[in-house]
Amino acid sequence: MPISDWFRAREQRRYTAPSEPPRGSESLADGVWVRCEGCKRTLYAGDLERGLGVCPSCGRHHQLTADQRIDMLCDPGSFDEIDGDLRSGDPLEFRSGKPYAEAIEAAQDNTGLPEAVLTGRALMGGLPVVVGVMDFRFIGASMGSVVGERIARAFESACDRRVPLVLAIASGGARMQEGMLSLMQMAKTAAAAARLADAGVPYVAILTDPTMGGVTASFATLADVIVAEPGARIGFAGPRLVERTIRRALPKGFQTAESLLGHGMIDLVVERGSLRETVIGLLVCLAAGGE
Amino acid sequence: MSDVARRFVMEFERPLVDLEEKLESLKHLSVVEGAELAVEIAALEAEVDELRTTLYTSLTPWERVQISRHPERPHTDDYLADVFRDVIELHGDRLYGDDAAMFAGLASLGTRKVAVLGHRKGRNTTENVRYNFGSPHPEGFRKAERVMLLADRFGLPIVTFLDTAGAYPGLEDEDRGQAWAIASCLATLSRVRVPVVTVGIGEGGSGGALAIGFGDRLIMLENAYYSVISPEMCATILHKEPARAAEASGCLQLTAQDLERMGLADEVVPEPLGGAQRDPVTVMGAVGTAVARALDDLGALPADALIASRYERLRAIGEYSSE
Repeated sequence: MPISDWFRAREQRRYTAPSEPPRGSESLADGVWVRCEGCKRTLYAGDLERGLGVCPSCGRHHQLTADQRIDMLCDPGSFDEIDGDLRSGDPLEFRSGKPYAEAIEAAQDNTGLPEAVLTGRALMGGLPVVVGVMDFRFIGASMGSVVGERIARAFESACDRRVPLVLAIASGGARMQEGMLSLMQMAKTAAAAARLADAGVPYVAILTDPTMGGVTASFATLADVIVAEPGARIGFAGPRLVERTIRRALPKGFQTAESLLGHGMIDLVVERGSLRETVIGLLVCLAAGGE
Repeated sequence: MSDVARRFVMEFERPLVDLEEKLESLKHLSVVEGAELAVEIAALEAEVDELRTTLYTSLTPWERVQISRHPERPHTDDYLADVFRDVIELHGDRLYGDDAAMFAGLASLGTRKVAVLGHRKGRNTTENVRYNFGSPHPEGFRKAERVMLLADRFGLPIVTFLDTAGAYPGLEDEDRGQAWAIASCLATLSRVRVPVVTVGIGEGGSGGALAIGFGDRLIMLENAYYSVISPEMCATILHKEPARAAEASGCLQLTAQDLERMGLADEVVPEPLGGAQRDPVTVMGAVGTAVARALDDLGALPADALIASRYERLRAIGEYSSE
């Protein structure tokens, strides 16, 4: 964006009174004060929350919980969850490191979520959509059987109802505790994405920090339009592995949304404050083609 | 003796190789010195046979992973030379480059014309460098996808050979969209209107294998593996110790036998005791037969039914419950 716009946006973030009351501040941090992960400044938790998790000082986009993401994207009260009854098994009885069954239980307790993704029907700017949001707190939002199944069903639901799909994605990649069943979720979700594309129903992906591994290499990058949040880390191989492979330091900005925009891999980098409006604008435009 | 000594030895084979060497030297002694060692030799031969059988019939997952990486194991190039005829390699992704780590081309299998895709590994340093040790760049996947679409357009069945530790985790690879290239292969492979038969011949490392690694049939060699993550990487993530890869191999359930049990592999092709490198011609022949049989089965299906059943196959994968 032009620098003047950036300043204006920053001023707005600083001084504009929030248009809506703060949502339960207990969801963001334990204390009243939190430290920005970008500029390390101490911020009032309420300010950070009102700013949708964007640091008023440096613009750092902090991770959002699934509920916060739904609130910022969807029309108020419109989200209607589907497939909320699906629960992960422990098909490999994975015991190396933290036993998988315990990891799932701990993640459920910590997040109050059944799994790393929430999917459902919703409205965005009055438009019916199928929406899916991932929560990085849940085992790094890794994709196992349930995440793969819910994502695949979200594609199918959008296809059956012929309404656009919007996915807000974050993930560390495939969930290794489910072994090959996880790897195959990549093929499964990609196949579902291909069907939606063939049916001519729009799919907009919002890549948030971080989107890595098997999720980037499957449904996340098969969208009609790929939007990313500023500073989001997006890639296939983890940065430490890349560094070990090339045996030199990684350049600044490697695997960021801005770098990938420069390399032609994504369509847009959009600040969180204008994300919802941008996505609605895209949907309106893509949906108008058939009329 | 020289035969034994020259052979590439996997760490778990060491006790057997030591014993084999001892047997060889005894035999040598009896010939050269005319010593009467017939009884000792016979006893040692029996011992070697027994150890060989025990060792190779009770392979751990980690030992199978080592066999899958054996440098003398038949690679994609060997299958191309042995199982197929009239091979025409097709180069380049029409976008940026030609990646030698990924073979793509046309060939005859019996009376049938097919498209072939496969990860390539070398036998010596020059080949290994040329093939980037079997790890494709984005260009490799884009070439593979181009040839998938070519096969789709002209009704050629697709046969793929998996043998990679994974997609190359390089800096430029990330900048050029490694994830995008793999994702696009997955989408395309899911909807090509021709039969797709995949053979796991060695390593099946993660997304780089999956990009050409699913379809209407999955055939696995007895000692091939297919995994969401390499055992070494898994051990590093869980314990910060790559040395615990043996333990991770067991946890990941990555062997051909595991895949068959989970319903992911349709067929496991047996290997001779010790691995495919002991008798490549027989193994490659068996693979050729298995692929031809799978193509016969699939050829009977109309294209619509074929892609519908491929989709159902994928959709059925996963374990979860509904509360």
